[in-house]
Amino acid sequence: MKFLLVEDNHDLANAIASRMRLDGHVIDHAGNLEDAAAFVATGEYDLILLDIMLPDGDGRTFLEQHRASDLDTPVIILTARSQVSDRIGSLDLGADDYVTKPFDHAELEARCRAVLRRKSGNAKTTIQVGGILFDPVAGHLTVAGETVTLRNRELRLLELFLNAPGKIFSKNKLADRLFSYDEDVSENAIEVYIGRLRKHLSPSNLRITTLRGLGYRLDHDE
Amino acid sequence: MNSVVVSGSLRNRLVLTLIGGAAVLALILFVVVRNYAVLVAQQGQDRILIASATSMLDSATIRDGAVELDLPYSAFSMLSTAADDRVFYAILQDGTLLSGYEELTFSDAQAFQFDRIRGSDVRKISASRILIGANLRTEIQIVLAQTQDALSETLDQISRNAALLGVGFFALAVGLSFWATSATIGQLGKLTTSVTRRGPQDLSPFTKPVPREMAPLVKSLNSLMGRLDQSLRQSEDFIAEAAHRVRTPLATVRSYAEATLQRVDKEENREAMRSMVKAIDESSRAAGQLLDHAMITFRADHLERDEIDIVDLARDLVQRMTPIAEMRDLSLLLLGDPRVQYSCDPVLIQNAVRNLIDNAMKYGPAESAIEITVTGEPVPRITVCDHGPGFPIHEIETLTARFQRGANAANTIGSGLGLTIARDVAIAHGGRIDLTNQPEGGACVTLSL
Repeated sequence: MKFLLVEDNHDLANAIASRMRLDGHVIDHAGNLEDAAAFVATGEYDLILLDIMLPDGDGRTFLEQHRASDLDTPVIILTARSQVSDRIGSLDLGADDYVTKPFDHAELEARCRAVLRRKSGNAKTTIQVGGILFDPVAGHLTVAGETVTLRNRELRLLELFLNAPGKIFSKNKLADRLFSYDEDVSENAIEVYIGRLRKHLSPSNLRITTLRGLGYRLDHDE
Repeated sequence: MNSVVVSGSLRNRLVLTLIGGAAVLALILFVVVRNYAVLVAQQGQDRILIASATSMLDSATIRDGAVELDLPYSAFSMLSTAADDRVFYAILQDGTLLSGYEELTFSDAQAFQFDRIRGSDVRKISASRILIGANLRTEIQIVLAQTQDALSETLDQISRNAALLGVGFFALAVGLSFWATSATIGQLGKLTTSVTRRGPQDLSPFTKPVPREMAPLVKSLNSLMGRLDQSLRQSEDFIAEAAHRVRTPLATVRSYAEATLQRVDKEENREAMRSMVKAIDESSRAAGQLLDHAMITFRADHLERDEIDIVDLARDLVQRMTPIAEMRDLSLLLLGDPRVQYSCDPVLIQNAVRNLIDNAMKYGPAESAIEITVTGEPVPRITVCDHGPGFPIHEIETLTARFQRGANAANTIGSGLGLTIARDVAIAHGGRIDLTNQPEGGACVTLSL
């Protein structure tokens, strides 16, 4: 996926960008509205993340112009404002969704996925590897001609493995990615999800290997 | 709401002043008319008495050295009245009574007097004439008196009419004073209505024309509204700016902590990072809910109602919250009526329902459903049910008090304001919230409007 991040706080922008790159996305960063307009004019983006308070104007003005010029790139607003007063206004202006700072990265990701699923229609981004066909936006996994819709946590788990094949993930790391920090996660919760994913992947050439005391790894059988 | 100390009524004061003035005027009118009537009537009687006395004196002659007086009939007939007033007379020659009543005493001047003769009030005139004949010079004196029955009858009639006139005048004046008062107070009433009819957000100055006397009031009202508007806008800007300045760095710290957590392997470092993220979440959530709560308290005090479809509102919310629910493998189900029209403050209702769904998502176990049911009969009702542990039975009563959290919430982030917000919103709309546990497990919160 290719994202444009419009955010004037460079530290925050770096943090978001590095996290998104970690998930395998391409991300461009614009620090103000002028740069953002230039980026939009030259490149095509799957999604724009837009801050509202920018040094050279209000992000909502950019949004209005963006919609007026018939571009339907989905836009998610990053707002620091109070929830009650601002929520309705930004959606009326044509934003597809918004997150309130500070946000859970997993929530941002979930919102991006939801917006993309709503907007993409038939345009599909699929990953084809080891005998599976995976559509991360829709959450569809096709193995041996049979398509299943993955639950959100199964889907994110599969994405993690696919982004870093051969890498070992400890149980704790996986738990941190799949659950929010305010949830109580039992040891076997991860095992449950690994077990399910294994079942889904069993007809393919992909296999999740348990490394005792270390964690799990995705292997590709030749 | 704030009350106003009331001291008297402008309307009553004005009406009483006007009526009091009218009463005094009516009384004066009555007295003046009556006095004038007395004067005129008395003059009439006096003139007749003079004429009668004169004609009597005229009939006195000296014949053969003696005074001869032949009282003419006309002298008495002109004194006859409808009320059969009695006439008294005395004819004296040089002080000696010739004929008539001896009680009637002659007074020197030709003057009118009131007197009392045989139990009757009379009007009395004295007149004299000097007769000169051959070696005779004598003075004939006449005292003529008449009772005043006809006169007082006339006066009574005039008094009655004058009193009637006075009462009529008074009644008219009372009517006029009520009309004038309400016309004057009406201007104040109009101003009050246009102030009351304004929405809570409307702080624009008054532009409608007002009477000159009210202009200073409206002017100071306008300047007060101007200052209020400015300070409200300033505080709104301030809150937005403050939120921006606090939340953006928080977001930075959170994002870095999360990103670092992905790279760090040592478990104690990871635990520190997790605690950091949790602390940030807790503080930002608490700040958000406090701001929400302040805003809701403000809006609830100045409730602005819009006619909306609550099902539409709930559908939007469900759509908006589905991504977060999916992260926990929860599903949100919207059940109930297809359409529920209700007049309410949509921002408030939305906030309340969002808080209820938030709560349900916190306690609902993974891969369960949260049911949001909207029904319109008998009252609009939104129920949010989860399949979690349910409310602790003995805490159901205290749960909605501000900042109170259930005993089973130890590991869940939240400032505990969610239910309080929902309750305040319900109360602002004249409704309430009810907490129940489902027989098959799970908590239900019902927002009745």
